[in-house]
Amino acid sequence: MIGASLIAATTAPNPLGISWDAVGDYFMLGTTLFLLVAMALILGRLIAGPTLYDRLLAVNSFGTKTVLFLCVFCFIIDRPDGIDIAILYSLMNFIATIAVLKFFRYRALDVGLHSAHVTVEETAP
Amino acid sequence: MTVEMILAGDVYEVVRDPIVIDWLNIWAIVRAVLSSAFIIGGLVFVLAGALGVLRLPDFYTRLHAAGMTDTLGAEFILLGLCIQSGFSQVTLKLALVGFLLLITSPTATHAIASAAWSANLDPLLGKWRAPTLDELEDKT
Repeated sequence: MIGASLIAATTAPNPLGISWDAVGDYFMLGTTLFLLVAMALILGRLIAGPTLYDRLLAVNSFGTKTVLFLCVFCFIIDRPDGIDIAILYSLMNFIATIAVLKFFRYRALDVGLHSAHVTVEETAP
Repeated sequence: MTVEMILAGDVYEVVRDPIVIDWLNIWAIVRAVLSSAFIIGGLVFVLAGALGVLRLPDFYTRLHAAGMTDTLGAEFILLGLCIQSGFSQVTLKLALVGFLLLITSPTATHAIASAAWSANLDPLLGKWRAPTLDELEDKT
């Protein structure tokens, strides 16, 4: 593990009787656990959300937490390749949110930017 | 040194070992403490945001809870991971993830808020309001 090897470089005795390597591992595992708890709370809003926009907000927030979970998980299994997937997922999350918003506004995805601008001007409250 | 050397006068000083400070260990400890503090702070923000999204009464208040705490909590956690990974390729990738989240997360929140406002989704008003001046005078 990347972080735990740094912590394991310290030769100071540990009051808990566990090696510093194990302490770093348990810290990262606790981080993923708390992220999973946050994701479960967001899922509650995703299921119970009364409007479409509540659900979209929950999906967006869930995606952000997934990116964080991926980054921390790559540290746990000591394979930093997964951070590339996290980059990809953050971009996909943004594009998906914008695409779903556009679809539920115009009921089509092939609306050009210029006509979209005109429609926004017409329907603005 | 031998007795002959001392008698010949070659040895005139006893050299002690200098005190060695292990800067590498101290730096590792400082880095571990800093990264742990950043990650714990980020987790507090993320959990507070999730709880706010679940508990707040209105769409716009939920938006307020999710938009800000997600951005700040994600930045804190990624900064803690950056400190822990040292200077390597992983740090650069984590910084890229943080930059993309910093750009896209408030933009998506703004887009959702704008779409909800254009769709005439009304905010919840009138359930709680600020006290008027007369009520404040009555209380005091």
